[in-house]
Amino acid sequence: MSRTLYDLIGLAAGIAFILALKGLSHPKTARRGNLIGAFGAGLATLVVFFYASPSVSGKAESSLPLNNLGWILGAIAVGLIIGVPAARRVQMTQMPQLVALFNGVGGGAAALVAIVEYLNLGLEATTAQVVFTVFTVIVGCVSFSGSIITFLKLQELMTTRPVIFPAGRFIIAATLISVIGVGGWVVSALGTTPLLILAALSLLFGVLFVLPVGGADVPIVISLLNAFTGLTVAASGYVLDSVLLIIAGTLVGASGTILTRLMAEAMGRSLFGTLFGAFTAKQQDASGVAEERPVRSGSSDDVAILLNYARRVVIVPGFGLAVAQAQHTVRELADLMISKGIDVAYGIHPVAGRMPGHMNVLLAEANVPYDQLVEMDEINPTFAQTDVAIVIGANDVVNPAAKTTPGCPIYGMPILEVSNAANIIFLKRSMRPGFAGIENELLYDPKTMLLFGDAKSSLTKVVSALKAL
Amino acid sequence: MDAMAILSIFVLSVFVGFEVVSKVSSTLHTPLMSGANAIHGVILVGAIIVADHSETSLELGLSLAAIVLATINMVGGFVVTDRMLEMFKGQKK
Repeated sequence: MSRTLYDLIGLAAGIAFILALKGLSHPKTARRGNLIGAFGAGLATLVVFFYASPSVSGKAESSLPLNNLGWILGAIAVGLIIGVPAARRVQMTQMPQLVALFNGVGGGAAALVAIVEYLNLGLEATTAQVVFTVFTVIVGCVSFSGSIITFLKLQELMTTRPVIFPAGRFIIAATLISVIGVGGWVVSALGTTPLLILAALSLLFGVLFVLPVGGADVPIVISLLNAFTGLTVAASGYVLDSVLLIIAGTLVGASGTILTRLMAEAMGRSLFGTLFGAFTAKQQDASGVAEERPVRSGSSDDVAILLNYARRVVIVPGFGLAVAQAQHTVRELADLMISKGIDVAYGIHPVAGRMPGHMNVLLAEANVPYDQLVEMDEINPTFAQTDVAIVIGANDVVNPAAKTTPGCPIYGMPILEVSNAANIIFLKRSMRPGFAGIENELLYDPKTMLLFGDAKSSLTKVVSALKAL
Repeated sequence: MDAMAILSIFVLSVFVGFEVVSKVSSTLHTPLMSGANAIHGVILVGAIIVADHSETSLELGLSLAAIVLATINMVGGFVVTDRMLEMFKGQKK
């Protein structure tokens, strides 16, 4: 295959990626957009096997078939065996952490590619190539280790609260300075050892960078790391002389940056505050303060009676609903209420679940009609005319602390104003605070009734009690 | 390649990237992020190129690791995005 044909096919793949992002921005074309992107990526991967790209160092003689072809195909097979089942089998509730993990391994791959190319080039590397290599190693490693931490937080394998340690900001600043210093050392000394030290320090920096981020802000960080990985791919494209990688990486870097900003806006957060807020905010008192305070808890019968005489009910689903796999039961309850002539709507917070749009995906899975899902800005003015707001496994997205308590981790986030409803019912497993780890004053409100237990079994009992009325 | 040509490609790609996603409803943030995530899995192409050029077993080992990781990123990313979007089908008013 000639270089011209190879580059033309690369250009076609680049166009496919642009069309993919464009398609993914609109609900109607989203699925097709994703398929176009997959087609472009598959095409780009396929043609590499039919073109012997000359080594940048000129040392390795490349000819078809590719050197190490068996190894390459074997490694791709291993990747498929791990990646496809993981993507197919994952519960939709755990999807955000899988995306974080996929992003992390992408960053790791980019860093490894840069390291290998650097070893291969040796002393013949130009300064520009080394600078781009250093950039890829730093950012790729940060993206890798940072994504692993976001995975651990979302999977709740570690605390979801901001992790703040004494003199944390000095440790982080010192690590960043040494990363940059060692980067300069690599550029001037051209050694393998400095490069490995650089990789290790960058991995450490990624961990330190993400640890102070609170659970509710994790999606924004994933999106940012995603943009980072895109830029590393673009930088690898420069070193490897591949226009396709430059286009694809830059597209992801640019669109990822915009997306990060849009997400931060949807959550009412500033990007700067998300990343550095942990340094300025005082650590929340995690325990001790939560003294025993009276709450009003009710039975499923109490809830059913309240619902039976309501004219308008708003359901506020949260991540707890998804964890309990109660999407289908809540739909049953909604259908029952509608058959009794009650006006029912779902109030969907932009970040209900673990990521923007996550709850829409989960409810769509349960075939909840799309027109019953009402976005936050539209539902908020209607709470004053709402008789009952049922909050199912949600906490942070209705927590008034976001409006009233400056300095708390979710301060400034727009919330669903369920406190304006005449009655509030909370379905909760326990008094444990939400993902962001903040106490919710609404639970102690006199018009709030709590129904403790697993969301699914509680809802099943409410449904049968309501049927009996 | 000519540095000026690379700079032009880079700058124009930045603008295209900004432009295509400037107006997206929050419903699509997660699938869009996931789709963009899958696209940067195309680093697989780079991983295959360096595996082809590898001369020592260290280089080959590292590039094979890169291939495994990049394949997971690319293929897994597109599959999980498709699963998310599958949920939306037929749901529009």
